[in-house]
Amino acid sequence: MTKNPAAGVLDRDGLSALVEVLIARGRTVIGPTVRDGAIVLAEITSADDLPFGWGTQVEAGRYRLVPRTDGAVFAHTAGPQSWKTFLHPPRERLWSAERAQDGTLSVTGDDSGQPSYAFLGVRPCDLRAITIQDRVLAGGRYPDQGYRERRTGAFLVAAECTEPGATCFCVSMGGGPAADSGFDLALTEVLDGAGHRFLVRSGSEAGQEILADLPHRPADAATRDAARVAVDEARDRMGRAMPPVDLRTLMGESLEADRWDDVAARCLTCGNCTMVCPTCFCTTTEEVTDLTGDHAERWQRWDSCFDVDFSHLHGGPVRASSRSRYRQWLTHKLSTWYEQFGSSGCVGCGRCVTWCPVGIDITEEARALHDERAGRLRHEQRKETEQ
Amino acid sequence: MSVPTLAVFKLASCDGCQLTLLDCEDELLTLAGEVRIAHFLEASSALTPGPYDLALVEGSVTTPADAERVREIRARSRRLVTIGACATAGGIQALRNFADVEEFTRAVYARPDYIDVLATSTPVADHVDVDFELRGCPVDRGQLLEVITAYLAGRKPDIPDHSVCFACKRRGTVCVTVAHGTPCLGPVTHAGCGAVCPAYGRGCYGCFGPSGSPNLRALIPLLHRDGMDDRAVERLLRTFNAAAFDREVRS
Repeated sequence: MTKNPAAGVLDRDGLSALVEVLIARGRTVIGPTVRDGAIVLAEITSADDLPFGWGTQVEAGRYRLVPRTDGAVFAHTAGPQSWKTFLHPPRERLWSAERAQDGTLSVTGDDSGQPSYAFLGVRPCDLRAITIQDRVLAGGRYPDQGYRERRTGAFLVAAECTEPGATCFCVSMGGGPAADSGFDLALTEVLDGAGHRFLVRSGSEAGQEILADLPHRPADAATRDAARVAVDEARDRMGRAMPPVDLRTLMGESLEADRWDDVAARCLTCGNCTMVCPTCFCTTTEEVTDLTGDHAERWQRWDSCFDVDFSHLHGGPVRASSRSRYRQWLTHKLSTWYEQFGSSGCVGCGRCVTWCPVGIDITEEARALHDERAGRLRHEQRKETEQ
Repeated sequence: MSVPTLAVFKLASCDGCQLTLLDCEDELLTLAGEVRIAHFLEASSALTPGPYDLALVEGSVTTPADAERVREIRARSRRLVTIGACATAGGIQALRNFADVEEFTRAVYARPDYIDVLATSTPVADHVDVDFELRGCPVDRGQLLEVITAYLAGRKPDIPDHSVCFACKRRGTVCVTVAHGTPCLGPVTHAGCGAVCPAYGRGCYGCFGPSGSPNLRALIPLLHRDGMDDRAVERLLRTFNAAAFDREVRS
């Protein structure tokens, strides 16, 4: 955790004030809230909407909401959504066209104005995921305008991770439970004898300005220490880890692995992993016309490499088998993403593990591919020695 | 340019899918302006003999007479679109495919020899070429309009054949299997309904039939885990798309 002179301490009223101040400044505040047996991300109108006293128990293919006795508000792991639901929405209209009676066409871009978001409770893994989507969607020669507007306008309140889940593996992906940059404000929840409070640090001028409007006190040493210990301990409590090898090379050397057949037998190709992944960005476009043909719209919607039609070219799909589709997803995520966008596409949030109905575990698949490659290499070495 | 003609036919079915067309209340007048309804018994007794530009066929083929009739319909239709689980998968009446239909006729009818029925209930596409199959029990109103609109515009209808999970995730529904342990056919079922059941906390029961790439064999252990025995799984799979799911189980 970086030392910041602007650090302060908020109590629960301070957190309530944060939500109020953000709303008063015209922002749509999105935060974690309990709905349908899960902690989802949705618009909140008060800090009372936050999941005080709720935690989560997760495993591969299993998620359960569990009550907590300590009243913690950020002690839960990734739910079924990520912030991409808001920055890169599931469906978005790109333009509309009208045909007038004389046959002339007019095309209107969808510039209805983007909401001014404030995201409350962004985990460090998700901060990294947002940075990755920034490169994919807002970088390069053809930035996604809608994404860029929503993203640049968004105010990010990070919540450092003090309660990793059984499917979390951010540390092995080069991340960790601490928020170092990429936020306007960062909160670290502290629960001890001195009460329920939040160490708050600002990471931008906008953050500094909001913090000034909140009832808070200067950060004391005890709160700083407790926050640091909570985050440090979280680092050692990740439920899972990727094998400690160069995953990029592993994928490249595993294209013909037998393991793909094994995982294909279990994979439902339902697409859940890509939908919950905070970095998966693929979309398709849909042309909508009305019955008269005088009005047309182009919509962009989430698609997935697990959809057979996603790779449909002239004559049929390129990746017809589930083996080839799972392989495409994993090798892109962990390997070819580097060539395309300069980093891994995985931040270790564990969503794909938790929300896969059959519990396919990306860390277990990577480990199996690693073991298979090691076996193959041993076999080749033995053959060489024998010769 | 003459107005295209639309015809609606039914074979063995409950009429629910063709009623979906009448249920398009907001669009009905516009539709009536874009097509001439030439044959639609649910809407009008004024019938014209065809040929038709677009025929919507509901229902499955269960009798030799149905089989003959659907060939006639095909011959009179430029485009033939089948609508609903009966027409695209044989419907719930395909349960007969797993039993002895002669035994049923003997048990039910005083004069079974009056009954001229096929041993199986089959989708229309088993008998004639079909231009497009629209799934669902019943079909979704928005999808039905999309198929008709696409036909009028001369384009391919935008009807994805991925799983219901896509729809749940897009609308932000919490997964009922992962979060509640509720048995759900969503991961193997064709999207199109908008994922209605999971949005109300219950599992999908597959009324749109198998998706484009279902892996039923991988899902069945989950149904067992979540409390279903073999009999319950069989009953879940043997509803409106019984024959289609059965084919997947055997594949």
